[in-house]
Amino acid sequence: MDYSSSNLFVQMGEWLSDPVNWSGSRGIPMRVLEHLGYVGLTMLIACAIAIPLGLFVGHTGRGRVLIVSGIGILRALPTLGMVFLFALLFYRGVLPSVWALVLLAVPPVLSGVYAGISSVNRTVVDAARSMGLTEWQILFRVEVPNGLQVMIGGVRAGILQVVATATVVAYAKADGLGVFLVEGTQINDNGRLFGGAVIIAVLAIAVDGLMALIQKFAISPGLRATQPPAGPLKESGRQEAVASAQGGTT
Amino acid sequence: MTSPEQSSGPLPMIRFNGITKTYDGGRPAVDDLSMDIDRGRITVFVGPSGCGKTTSLRMINRMVEPTSGTILLDGQDVALQKAAELRRSMGYVMQSSGLMPHRSVIDNIATVPRLNGVPRAEARVRAKELLDVVGLASELGRRYPGQLSGGQQQRVGVARALAADPPVLLMDEPFSAVDPVVRAELQEELLRLQRDLAKTIVFVTHDIDEATILGDKVAVFAVGGRLAQFAAPEEILRAPVDDFVAGFVGRDRGFRHLSFQQGDHVTVHPIETIEVDQLADPTVSVRSAWTLLVDADGRPHGWVPQATRGSITTQADAVPGGSLYTRGDTLRRALDAALSSPSGLGVAVDDDGRAIGIVRAAEVFELIEGARLDRGRADHNTAV
Repeated sequence: MDYSSSNLFVQMGEWLSDPVNWSGSRGIPMRVLEHLGYVGLTMLIACAIAIPLGLFVGHTGRGRVLIVSGIGILRALPTLGMVFLFALLFYRGVLPSVWALVLLAVPPVLSGVYAGISSVNRTVVDAARSMGLTEWQILFRVEVPNGLQVMIGGVRAGILQVVATATVVAYAKADGLGVFLVEGTQINDNGRLFGGAVIIAVLAIAVDGLMALIQKFAISPGLRATQPPAGPLKESGRQEAVASAQGGTT
Repeated sequence: MTSPEQSSGPLPMIRFNGITKTYDGGRPAVDDLSMDIDRGRITVFVGPSGCGKTTSLRMINRMVEPTSGTILLDGQDVALQKAAELRRSMGYVMQSSGLMPHRSVIDNIATVPRLNGVPRAEARVRAKELLDVVGLASELGRRYPGQLSGGQQQRVGVARALAADPPVLLMDEPFSAVDPVVRAELQEELLRLQRDLAKTIVFVTHDIDEATILGDKVAVFAVGGRLAQFAAPEEILRAPVDDFVAGFVGRDRGFRHLSFQQGDHVTVHPIETIEVDQLADPTVSVRSAWTLLVDADGRPHGWVPQATRGSITTQADAVPGGSLYTRGDTLRRALDAALSSPSGLGVAVDDDGRAIGIVRAAEVFELIEGARLDRGRADHNTAV
């Protein structure tokens, strides 16, 4: 592509505003869809693994040490290396890359779910058990709703990382938004390189914003409300009577 | 096979039968506990930290499983019942309200009925009624627990425990985290509720005062999970069985015991009064050394000493009074009114709080002495 200027930002602007780049199977919208497909599939698998595990460990407290060290190991893995490893070990398709991304997404989701469940006030859990809730009822009616803020936080962190990192798929299979980065580097097209990077950044912010919205509506207002609304009601007439009676003795 | 004591009298609501609880080879937290808890009465477990009172309570609804022994609820071994169902059949109130922060007050109260399959609408209607029962405005039902004061939360906790109308209430230091004024108020309300509901209440506290105020019977636990004494509160104060109980009920036990002596015979003497409105008028003089200041309704507002009458022109200038003695109240209140009053004269009021006269400490002492002599004679007679 010919640019009118050697300035990086001008080139980026021209690449982004060229209608050719916005159509066809190699255009930006298609690449965004592919990218989101990878993100969605990755998160689905990661959640299917991490959420039940996190709920179990958070509720029972069993396997905490295992989880913490496991998360540490997973976090130390280089994702790009895993993409190539899986691609070499298995076949050149979508799944090896997705598995590599799953390894990346599991730690934040798992630690979020585990931390969310175990952050719930133990007194509330004890009270629920004393009232006769079964363990399943305690988990889904008390621990999950109260730990949801932290749990969704973990999922958000996972999604954000996967949206940013799903670019590595392009190295193994020419797919997703990473394609613009790979091509941009290979053909020395800076407009394409930086334009692609901006689109990934915007996508990440948009997805995170959506998650923030979901988080807002999923959390009970009771968990935000710690202050009484204006004009607090009287404790009760009786207390007032007690107070005035005591005042009367002074 | 029933022993003679088991066959006599009505079946106790809860029976501890040789209950021992030992944690991982340590010393027992509860040591061979056997006791019967009366139906429809308040039984208080009291004792210092680590005496096993809370552990004993939590074994009733199987939140803690005993190492050995059995607990019978209405004649049935609790170990044979499903834990969740057993717990739903008892109300449970704990120190911090333990309300679910993500649910509204109404839905918190409706928890157990909902678990029992009561339709949501019906459970909410009942929950609203309960708000009224525990003395809370129905508007509070829409709030979340985080928006309530500590005292309000404890009331909601009590309402929640009552929601499924269980015959048994377990209360684990429910009032210990609220301030003394609210605590006194909650204690009074619990007694009022109990007069209507007649539940079997097991109440844990470390406060001997609370135990004697609330308990129909009081179980004093000693460190190591030993039941030191189990008797009516009056008896525990008057005749502690050993040094531990005597030490635990404290130096003031003689004074506390006065709480169980009705002051019906305390003589109320007339007293000169001056109305608040008359203070500013220097021509209104006082003849007694101490004149009681009252408002237009006759309620006491402090004292006017004869010596400083001239400098007292408003209610704020008056000498603050002591505690009030409501006619017919206990000897403890009568004595406290006299002792706490700057004039040495305890102000007696009627049920509406209007001053009716004064009581004198010396006369209260005479009544106490008389009661002691009567009791001595009674003890002597039974001994013979």
